[in-house]
Amino acid sequence: MTKRLNALAGLLASVGLTLLGLVIITFLIGRVMPIDPIIAAVGDNAPQEVVERARLEMGLDQPILMQFFHYVVQLLHGDLGRSILTKNPVISDIARYFPATLELATAAVIVAAIIGIPLGVWAAVRQGTWIDQTIRVVCLAGHSVPVFVLALISLLVFYAALGIAPGPGRQDIVFQDMVPHITGVLTIDSIIAGDWDALWDALAHMVQPVCILAYFSMAYITRMTRAFMLDALRGEYVITARAKGLSPFSVIWIHAFPNVGVQLVTVLALTYAGLLEGAVVTETVFSWPGLGQYLTVSLMNADMNPVMGATLLVGLVYVGLNLLADAVYRQLDPRVR
Amino acid sequence: MSAAFSQAWLLDETPASRSQAAWGRRYRAWLDLRSNPLAMIGLVVVVAFVILSLAAPLLATHDPGVQNLTNRLAKPSVAHWLGTDELGRDIYSRILYGGRVTLGMVIAVVLLVAPLGLAVGCIAGYSGGAVDRILMRVTDVFLAFPRLILALAFVAALKPGVESAVLAIALTAWPPYARLARAETMTVRNSDFIAACRLTGAPAGRIVLRHIAPLCVPSLVVRITLDMSSIIITAASLGFLGMGAQPPSPEWGAMIATAKRFIFEQWWVPTIPGLAIFMASLAFNFLGDGLRDVLDPKQR
Repeated sequence: MTKRLNALAGLLASVGLTLLGLVIITFLIGRVMPIDPIIAAVGDNAPQEVVERARLEMGLDQPILMQFFHYVVQLLHGDLGRSILTKNPVISDIARYFPATLELATAAVIVAAIIGIPLGVWAAVRQGTWIDQTIRVVCLAGHSVPVFVLALISLLVFYAALGIAPGPGRQDIVFQDMVPHITGVLTIDSIIAGDWDALWDALAHMVQPVCILAYFSMAYITRMTRAFMLDALRGEYVITARAKGLSPFSVIWIHAFPNVGVQLVTVLALTYAGLLEGAVVTETVFSWPGLGQYLTVSLMNADMNPVMGATLLVGLVYVGLNLLADAVYRQLDPRVR
Repeated sequence: MSAAFSQAWLLDETPASRSQAAWGRRYRAWLDLRSNPLAMIGLVVVVAFVILSLAAPLLATHDPGVQNLTNRLAKPSVAHWLGTDELGRDIYSRILYGGRVTLGMVIAVVLLVAPLGLAVGCIAGYSGGAVDRILMRVTDVFLAFPRLILALAFVAALKPGVESAVLAIALTAWPPYARLARAETMTVRNSDFIAACRLTGAPAGRIVLRHIAPLCVPSLVVRITLDMSSIIITAASLGFLGMGAQPPSPEWGAMIATAKRFIFEQWWVPTIPGLAIFMASLAFNFLGDGLRDVLDPKQR
């Protein structure tokens, strides 16, 4: 019991230190800006007294350590500052944009897992054959093409040439603001409202970005599944199962795969976290009103509070997902307990 | 020397010298790699990519910066093999020169990242204790950000441009190398030859530099090759988002960014640089994948 408590304390300490590191990095990013944050806030032509007052209000007259201290205190109060561009508190902006990214990333990881895991298993079972090679090439190709290129080509083919997919954006203009905003996740909100046309429209808009993100992250999932599966298939229990005369299906999916499934939890968590990154680029191409677009638009306008806030949030999600994967792994696999 | 490098000498089961054993091992790895078609395709394309970039001034049919506003967005033709862009510049020549930008960025990142990762990893792994814990904690913090987002924030904090992009990518790319070098160091740290070395009175610096670091290099090389494609894509993404190389630089990502509004009418203008990124990155992936199979048989 004390051993577990100690382990927990160690874990908490290391997470705490990582978080502190995250905050330090974001703070430094915000402070080394070449653009004067005061000018950015009050404008070029502000009179001297306004500039001075803003400097005092923003605490920029204080030593850097004090500024950092204030930044941390603000963070602990859930205050990420105000966006110069949208004039809203960053935290409420993020609350509005983040669900859209979350929706995209979640759907993409589900699609990638549904396709990638069986592909990985198949490649492992048929190791060395042309099936294995084809799967490898398809996956490596997915990992080699930048998502913005794929997104542009997809828009060209499916939207412009064939006309079977909706254009950029998250909704048709007809449905704009028709569904009450509850969770911010459009598909769920549509279901809650019982508006099936809006749901259909939202899903149709998701198909392209989700498929592109899923294809990009499928490579990693498939490669890892294949490696784990090869390992599992070498196990003696698999030989036993085969010797007993079980069907190949039963050997692969009932005996070997469950052992792989546990390891895949970590892979899926990492993929999910990585999708946040892919989302930044995809969102700019598809005009998807998510965190990535918020981040890039703020970057272009040197609006540092949103940049710091969004970066910090993504870092937090990253750390959180890693922790979660670790915990799930411990629960599922008795060997590491 | 040519006689010394005969096949029999290389494949000798009982090498007479250290260098013969080392060359023999390299030769066998090469034979392994040669039997992997994907890796060979990758190698050929990578070599072609490097040659085309280096010889860009010789191969280009036009000056990549010269505009010709009367011949904008032309289709591929004899005069302009891949057409012209929105300012009438020759796309083929720009792609060649863009390869130089990309290649330069990739090399710069690797030159910054590999020694840094190696140093941090070896020092952490060899020292152990508090030094190890502190260095690995710093590594974890950098690993806690997705690469592109941290790079974006860094570039914004510095100034958009090639140099900042290289620095930002390097800053976000070193942690995995440090992790890898540390893991390798831990496995050899307690081996007999290191102990023997220590007994002769060799200082820690010498042991790390001469005996441990060289052993970490092969796995680092594989990792770098596999990482190349991700560096290329990150560089292109930064360019695409307007945070990397700035126009009029013919960087591939930046070319796509300026040409993306023509995707529906003159689709080849943004698609060709996209294809270039894809080919370069796929080639590195093929090569890295093959190298990993050769150097790390466990993954097969």
